[in-house]
Amino acid sequence: MKRIISILIENKPGALARVVGLFHQRGYNIETLNVGPVFDGSYSRMTVTTRGSENDVEQITKQINKIIDVIKVSDLTEGEHHEYEFILVKFLRNEKIQKILKKLNGKIHEKHKDGIVMSAWGTSSDIEIAIKAIGKANLLEIVRSGSIGLHEGEKVLKI
Amino acid sequence: MKLSGGDLLLRALKEEGVKFIFGYPGGAALHIYDSIFKQKACDHILVRHEQGATHAADGYSRATGKPGVALVTSGPGATNAITGLATAYMDSIPLIVISGQVQSHLIGTDSFQETDMIGISRPIVKHSFIVQDTQDIPRIIQEAFHIATTGRPGPVVIDIPKDKTDPTKLYEYKKPKEVSLRSYQPRVLPHPGQIKKACKNILSAERPVIYAGGGVILGNAHKELIALNKLLKAPVTNTLMGLGVYPAKDKYFMGMLGMHGTYQANMAMHNADVIIAVGARFDDRITNTPSLFAPNARIVHIDVDPASISKIINADIPIVGQVKDSLSALIKEIKRSKIKIDTDALESWNQQVAKWREMHGLDHDLYLKKNKSQMILPQVVVQELYHATNGNAWVTSDVGQHQMFVAQYYHFNKPRRWVNSGGLGTMGFGLPAAMGVKLAFPKDEVVCVTGEGSIQMCIQELSTCLQYNLPIKIININNEALGMVRQWQDMNYGGRHSASTYSDSLPDFVKLAESYGHIGMKVTKKADLKKSLEKAFSMKDKLVFVDVYVDPNEHVYPMLVAPNGSMKDMWIKKNVKA
Repeated sequence: MKRIISILIENKPGALARVVGLFHQRGYNIETLNVGPVFDGSYSRMTVTTRGSENDVEQITKQINKIIDVIKVSDLTEGEHHEYEFILVKFLRNEKIQKILKKLNGKIHEKHKDGIVMSAWGTSSDIEIAIKAIGKANLLEIVRSGSIGLHEGEKVLKI
Repeated sequence: MKLSGGDLLLRALKEEGVKFIFGYPGGAALHIYDSIFKQKACDHILVRHEQGATHAADGYSRATGKPGVALVTSGPGATNAITGLATAYMDSIPLIVISGQVQSHLIGTDSFQETDMIGISRPIVKHSFIVQDTQDIPRIIQEAFHIATTGRPGPVVIDIPKDKTDPTKLYEYKKPKEVSLRSYQPRVLPHPGQIKKACKNILSAERPVIYAGGGVILGNAHKELIALNKLLKAPVTNTLMGLGVYPAKDKYFMGMLGMHGTYQANMAMHNADVIIAVGARFDDRITNTPSLFAPNARIVHIDVDPASISKIINADIPIVGQVKDSLSALIKEIKRSKIKIDTDALESWNQQVAKWREMHGLDHDLYLKKNKSQMILPQVVVQELYHATNGNAWVTSDVGQHQMFVAQYYHFNKPRRWVNSGGLGTMGFGLPAAMGVKLAFPKDEVVCVTGEGSIQMCIQELSTCLQYNLPIKIININNEALGMVRQWQDMNYGGRHSASTYSDSLPDFVKLAESYGHIGMKVTKKADLKKSLEKAFSMKDKLVFVDVYVDPNEHVYPMLVAPNGSMKDMWIKKNVKA
């Protein structure tokens, strides 16, 4: 089952490597990873998606919690949550692709001779469906931000 | 007064109470070594290989409970410290490794003796620091010691680029009054509701077992454990790492459990209705096949590390907290509780354990008495060692059959006396670890029980022992083979001894010891064993290397049947299953 793990961590050199290394070390796989500084810049917020059973994820979150630089860890999939992903796509001009991306808050950023650059965002399952629909033909390149997520309601990841 | 980075480091170490630094100099560490030369608070012990430095610091820590400190240079110095770090990590030992690093501006350029120590050590440390500003050194040392010693202890690496200890650049010595890390709050108090639940389950048990591990030693909670069982009168077993935490002479003690645990301990675990796991982590060498583990037991699991709970075996009543706090709370709750222990049930349970002990227990093992071998039996070497030292020695070991024989036949009555690499299983650990113990307790008897395979992995430290006059006793249980490997090859590979024998190329250990300025003794006859050990221990101020040739065909039993076995499935002796 797909899991979304949210991590609040010290924004220090090597902190990201400790989290990423741990997944490999404990035999789990990272599907997507998003990280960036938050608050006063001394913190980083990470969103990691992975697959595993409830026990697996419990073990992963416990192990991540043990990393000294980690402040808070939470499995967003445990409860209601918001989750989105952003993509940038470069493709040969194609009406079908444009239509698909338009439905996902699509925006055209650049048109050149044959090609076009668009962005789009949506839930990661919508994004997955869109990527499948786009197919290989006409697609030049695509880049994904990886999932980002927050708890619904009053629950927050904060010190 | 302003100080250089090296002087800041040494002052910070002094303030942490460091008495010994085990190390080996090299280019990137030379500024630090100059600072060592100029101070008196910390003695530097020059080892002969960085692996020896880490194990010696580790042994010092296991014996004293204080963090051990090793200092190495960059590159090969750092990589040689890796095995020692992993050893300490697996057994949760507070070890501080300070590694020199190339100058900051050379990092990443493949410069001479450069290696990414932080990267290489990441999976085997509790935390690591790289010094970026010299004035941070006192704070980093303070934080490193705090992290290494609190919560679930573990090793910490501090990597210091050479320019950060430049003797011409001086700084004020400044550090915070106390450590404050917003991301690390190790002190967790046990949840009172969980303590109540545990108490209810424990007091209602008919077949309880206490399963105590190294965490009880690390948490300095042996008194609480003993006090708990004064109330419960339950059979107790210790893990390899926990031996000594519950006195072996106590009538409720069943010996070690697991792969080479006693028959009674493994049977009691398998048949228990409540298992009280304290500071133990259900290692695969304990549980055998997890799905077959203790089928009828409710598990109470006390551990400071929440990640250890329900990792392998699901805990019915998890208690996250320091072992000492948790046991104290549990004792209080039991004393307050109105639930009466079913003493009849408990009595018949203890009788059952006694029956198991009678059947296949180690001390009643007729096998040893009946054995007609003309050669010395390795088990008997340990029994004789126990008598020769009145059971009071600090004993280190390496890894293999000899380690298991010590665990089975040297009966530890005090915590910390047994120093071995349980988790990682590091051959070469025993001799340097014994150096660390001997430095901590110079008046006490310190024995390294080893094998002719393991001892050769850190044999160079015999030279260190001479330099610092460390009269430890080395008992080399010599079966002219990698005994445990060969045992597995005998049992699982049709007796094909692939790369496990070398009898025609062993050194003359007597001459070897003598060449390092020590005393060497060779024992081959049964009749000489006792006298030889007595003679060795009579030489108080000498390192004596006793090379005892034993029956090479001995196996370690009991042994859990794997794969797909439970804890009740054991080989009791050669070709005999229980």
